[in-house]
Amino acid sequence: MIKGILDLIRNTFTQLITLKMVLHHTFSPPDTVQYPEQMPYLPPRYRARIILTRDPDGEERCVSCNLCAVACPVDCIVLQKTESEDGRWYPEFFRINFSRCVMCGMCEEACPTYAIQLTPDFEMCEYDRSNMVYEKEHLLIDGCGKYPGYSFWNVSGKTISGKDKGEAENEAEPVDVRSLMP
Amino acid sequence: MEDLLIYVVIFGTLIGAMTYAAILVWFERRMLAWWQDRLGPNRVGPFGIGLALADILKLLAKEDWVPPFADKKVFVIAPCFVMIAMLMGFAVVPYGPETYIADLNIGLLFFMGMTSLAVYAVLLGGLSSNNKFSLIGGLRSAAQMVSYEVFMGLSLMGVVMLSGSFSLVDIVESQQDGWFVISQFFGFVVFVVAGIAESHRLPFDLPEAEQELVGGFHTEYSGMKFGIFMVGEYLGVILISAMIATIFFGGWIGPGFLPPIFWLAAKTFCFVMFFILLRAAMPRPRYDQLMSLGWKVMLPITLVNLVVTGGVVLWMNT
Repeated sequence: MIKGILDLIRNTFTQLITLKMVLHHTFSPPDTVQYPEQMPYLPPRYRARIILTRDPDGEERCVSCNLCAVACPVDCIVLQKTESEDGRWYPEFFRINFSRCVMCGMCEEACPTYAIQLTPDFEMCEYDRSNMVYEKEHLLIDGCGKYPGYSFWNVSGKTISGKDKGEAENEAEPVDVRSLMP
Repeated sequence: MEDLLIYVVIFGTLIGAMTYAAILVWFERRMLAWWQDRLGPNRVGPFGIGLALADILKLLAKEDWVPPFADKKVFVIAPCFVMIAMLMGFAVVPYGPETYIADLNIGLLFFMGMTSLAVYAVLLGGLSSNNKFSLIGGLRSAAQMVSYEVFMGLSLMGVVMLSGSFSLVDIVESQQDGWFVISQFFGFVVFVVAGIAESHRLPFDLPEAEQELVGGFHTEYSGMKFGIFMVGEYLGVILISAMIATIFFGGWIGPGFLPPIFWLAAKTFCFVMFFILLRAAMPRPRYDQLMSLGWKVMLPITLVNLVVTGGVVLWMNT
């Protein structure tokens, strides 16, 4: 009996404390960000719309190695390799279906040439689903994105016209396999 | 001239109460948001107040659908009960010393009767929908009703003893020297708890219980029939708040520099805010918990309050 009454008084007070705490929120400002008028801050490494970048010379960075397409968990990337006359590989077409894309960033991690990158632009609404399929001309930008100054072809050992074996940055001269000298 | 005044009061009450209820739908959401550190609906018109109108238009534009498995006549008539009963309840609220619709000598009983009738809307709605969720909602409403109606009536008897009248006009007049909330504090607490249960508001919105029962008793209702239930609920909130203000907080009595109706409206508004605050803060008890609270706590408190009040009144008179 006594215990019951004490419990009742305690429970009543806990409820009153709840009310007091909620009432205190009258004086705290709302946390809401009014999105279309008030843009939230998105860090530069935010993962949203995917782009293809170019190297400092303005050439495509993508070498169509297909690693991004393999890494993609939802298989939204399709590309076809082709070769230019000077020996550079580049994608004949490069297609990302953004209605499938989950913005996971796996492609960016897989890319050996910093070509594919994710940007903080997430506003990609379309009325027609087929408009969510982006082709290469939609994906390519004119700059280097997050990695300025990096050019895959200048550091790789692959021969292209105007750059022979051993002429890449930090690359040793090719070994003459017929020579006996050390 | 007398006749004209009464019509003005009647239509004023009708239009005022309905508008207040419609705006409260928006206002409650805004206040809930405020207390939960959100913004709430703020898009339609200034501060989003156009939402009240938009809601009504939306409900009116919806198809007036009666499910084929429902008991049609009862299904259609059920929402009317809550609306009629709650609006009738306003008839006995005095807005000023001479401004009231009816000065019934059983005003308090009339109010109790009307709010009890409103429960039938919930019961009939739940029963006629022929839906399991609705039925459970109606069932809970019945369980809730048998537990709170008793002490709701008894909690007001202390006030009746002190004022010596069932008429709300007399009850307000007898508070000129001091509000009954001081002398009848426990009666006030019990009446507030019962009032929350009566108007099916959180934390005692067991018949509705969106989180468990879809929509409770109005699961099958849509369009304006649902809208009437909704407006009825808010009318109930306003009516109970007005009653708390009238019975325990001196009704229209206040400093003379503003008209009496302002003081009643201000007091009512405070309790409406309190109802919204409860919704923002409190979790919902199980309905056996509500019943045990009613029978084991509220009823004894009321009875003790009644006995003590009766003893004091007797002692003062001899």
